[in-house]
Amino acid sequence: MDKWQDNKAWFLVLPVFVIVAFSALIPLMTVVNYSVQDIFGPGEAVFVGTEWFKEMLANKRLHDALLRQFLFSGLVLLIEIPLGILIALAMPKKGWGVSTSLVILALPLLIPWNVIGTIWIIFTRPDIGLFGVGINSLHLLEVPFDHTATPLYAWITVMLMEVWHWTPLVALLAYAGLRAIPEAYYQAARIDGASPWATFWYIQLPKMRGVLTIAVLLRWMDSFLIYAEPFVLTGGGPGNSTTFLSIYLVKIALLQFDLGPGAAFSLIYFLIVLLFSFIFYQVLQRVGKGEKG
Amino acid sequence: MKIKKKTIGLLIYFVILVLPIYWMLNMSLRSNADILASFSLYPRDITFVNYMKILTDSSWYMGYVNSMLYVFMNTVISLSFALPAAYAFSRYRFLGDGQMFFWLLTNRMAPAAVFALPFFQLYSTIGLLDTHIAVALAHCLFNVPLAVWILEGFMSGIPKEIDETAFIDGYKFPRFFITIFIPLIRAGVGVTAFFCFMFSWVELLFARTLTVTAAKPISAIMTRTISATGLDYGLLAAAGILTIIPGALVIWFVRNHLAKGFALGRV
Amino acid sequence: MARIELHDITHSYLRRPKKESDYALKGIDDTWEDGGAYALLGPSGCGKTTLLNIISGLLKPTSGRILYDGKDVSVLTPEKRNIAQVFQFPVLYDTMTVFGNLAFPLQNRGVSNDDIRRRVHEVAEILDLTGVINKRAAGLTADLKQKVSLGRGLVRADVAAILFDEPLTVIDPHLKWHLRRKLKEIHEQLKITLIYVTHDQIEALTFADQVAIMVEGEIVQIGTPQDLFENPAHTFVGYFIGSPGMNFLECTLEGDTARVDGAVIPLDEATAALGRETKGRLEIGIRPMYLDVRSDPGEAGVEVTVQMIEDQGSYRIVTLMLGGHILRAKVPEGKPVSEGTAWVHFPKQWIRLFADGRVVT
Repeated sequence: MDKWQDNKAWFLVLPVFVIVAFSALIPLMTVVNYSVQDIFGPGEAVFVGTEWFKEMLANKRLHDALLRQFLFSGLVLLIEIPLGILIALAMPKKGWGVSTSLVILALPLLIPWNVIGTIWIIFTRPDIGLFGVGINSLHLLEVPFDHTATPLYAWITVMLMEVWHWTPLVALLAYAGLRAIPEAYYQAARIDGASPWATFWYIQLPKMRGVLTIAVLLRWMDSFLIYAEPFVLTGGGPGNSTTFLSIYLVKIALLQFDLGPGAAFSLIYFLIVLLFSFIFYQVLQRVGKGEKG
Repeated sequence: MKIKKKTIGLLIYFVILVLPIYWMLNMSLRSNADILASFSLYPRDITFVNYMKILTDSSWYMGYVNSMLYVFMNTVISLSFALPAAYAFSRYRFLGDGQMFFWLLTNRMAPAAVFALPFFQLYSTIGLLDTHIAVALAHCLFNVPLAVWILEGFMSGIPKEIDETAFIDGYKFPRFFITIFIPLIRAGVGVTAFFCFMFSWVELLFARTLTVTAAKPISAIMTRTISATGLDYGLLAAAGILTIIPGALVIWFVRNHLAKGFALGRV
Repeated sequence: MARIELHDITHSYLRRPKKESDYALKGIDDTWEDGGAYALLGPSGCGKTTLLNIISGLLKPTSGRILYDGKDVSVLTPEKRNIAQVFQFPVLYDTMTVFGNLAFPLQNRGVSNDDIRRRVHEVAEILDLTGVINKRAAGLTADLKQKVSLGRGLVRADVAAILFDEPLTVIDPHLKWHLRRKLKEIHEQLKITLIYVTHDQIEALTFADQVAIMVEGEIVQIGTPQDLFENPAHTFVGYFIGSPGMNFLECTLEGDTARVDGAVIPLDEATAALGRETKGRLEIGIRPMYLDVRSDPGEAGVEVTVQMIEDQGSYRIVTLMLGGHILRAKVPEGKPVSEGTAWVHFPKQWIRLFADGRVVT
């Protein structure tokens, strides 16, 4: 569709620009401002240039949090994308099963994020939780299961929670993509004698490319920004084993009130998220167009 | 049979999906003493004492009212700002349109933790701290870009000839937009409203940072309660269950529209 | 290549069909000869595509049997039946090249790589696809895409039949002609059974040796284009084939004549004799091109009023009123016709008599 060329369209965009700029640009400028100053109190600040950036970039705990974050977001994508596709493939295509499945899938997405954490505390506690009590009653583990006991258990619990919480979103998107494939493609595949695997690989997966791009991007971004759920569930512990970037940032900026380092951290963090989203976007576009002959 | 196996797998998944929520429901129907005293797969003596406490204590139930208020405000603000902008992006080419669109989307990617502190200072400077509108405005940061994105997709599905015909028939833009165009994409408006509701309802960090007492959302009251009473799991579970209900209701009412939207390959 | 027999096929999309209207197909009983080029012609929603999908095995009929070369294939999958189908919209494997698309059906059947390469290049040659064989299928134009879809059927040397479901819908008009000719060429060269579903009579009549006319879940006639034109077996065929369609006049018989609103139209003796033996609602039918419109009564002329004359270039369509009935006549250029009263002659040899919609024979 050819669009009309008219710069007056800016008047329609202006309200959005103003409201988002108010919420984005002013705070961002504040952050930039803080990041280059050392603030002792109201009105007492000294320009320090890039010192905070140097300090934060050399910060061991930030490095650890960043590594942890990559491991976490990587695992999230590795588990949730294939699982979501599998679920979408298994979902009914017509009848009352469709809306029922959609309702069940959407349920975890509509629960406030800290309540997600609460649910999983109650579910996994070794004294009252179904999961905790259940797994310990099998007596398979050397150390009884308790998500606050060891970093490994904390990680398993956070991953379970994350997969439980967000796989439905991937499944919903993949399902939407599957439903958009015309019936004729499946008919052609049957006539050509394609195996179910070939049908998946050559028809369903290529046709889901668009929605899967969105799913990967959303899951990457949002898992990179995760805060409330692990904060409630583990508080970042035991030790710092589940302290992801957001948790560490809030610790510095809001709890310790180290404005300068916090701001520098914020900017570094923001840039990392943007960079990776951009790379992912480009790579997925390339993969879609690739396999050229 | 193959189809059977698939369905069984899906059913098992759904059971796992519902199990943690069921467990919280189970806890919410038992008294705290009962929970700590014995492990039980279902509530033996069902009690509503936890729910009664929440529904009669204003420091609890006002949390729900506060959450509802700012979620509602945010949905209205997001939609009314995003609709004209989405129209502009779907119909016009203008100076910097691509850059503008990308910039909007980057805000969807901004870590909330980055903005929490500046927001706190910004809203205390303009005297909006601890008000519903402050949270509603803060949530616009991610909901407005999202709304523009979704609405633009729906609007691009409407042929431009409809606009041209209306303008030739002498419609002025505002009247055309409100009486003709918006009704055409009402499904899209519904879907967008659903997503705005959802993301505003589940967000915690901004809502907690920007409120003290008067506009404190239920989710923040719950986090406070964990540290305060610590061990009253029955009460916590009941509060949690009550936060699920609005979302469950919304999804139940839109389930058929959702199914239809999915059948069209949109959403 | 195969001869396809359909034995009393019915199909309903409902799980428990009760009344006749629940059926999309109501008892199809036909034979499609090996190597024939058939068209399945009918209005939208008449069950053409349903029948096609039953022949290919994409749908299971509610009842009835399908035989390929005398072998019952009713329960076999499309893959086992070894047929090919070209759909309304080009269906391609987007991520593969043209070569990959053409090779796909052979790979699935475990054909050796050398044979695949040889067959694919042969077929690409036939379809003029050699130039794009290494291009990605997703980037082709609609007509090339349809050629590739067709090619996926042709690569299988032993394919029983190729079925087409309105394959030219998305093709530009000036390329339609080219593709249709290509299809005829291929048919003459390879002698494969082709079944072509369409609602466009020109497409059907120019493509096929034999055209089956479908309406409301039934095949009412199979015949050559000429047969369908001159000897429609059903009023629907008369109405659907030709432009404008056949004229029908409700009538009663008196001796060797038909009476239409008091007007007397002579019939030939054999037709009239058959007509007298049949029960049911009688109609006479005649093609517009056989109506002879004159300005004088002559012998056995029927008086009519000329309502409208439309010039179509090499001929004119004249709308006539006979009592309460509308007649359309196709009058060649140069023959004078004017508005007002005229007389029309019904040549005996072109009048067909129908009872309850079916031709009286």
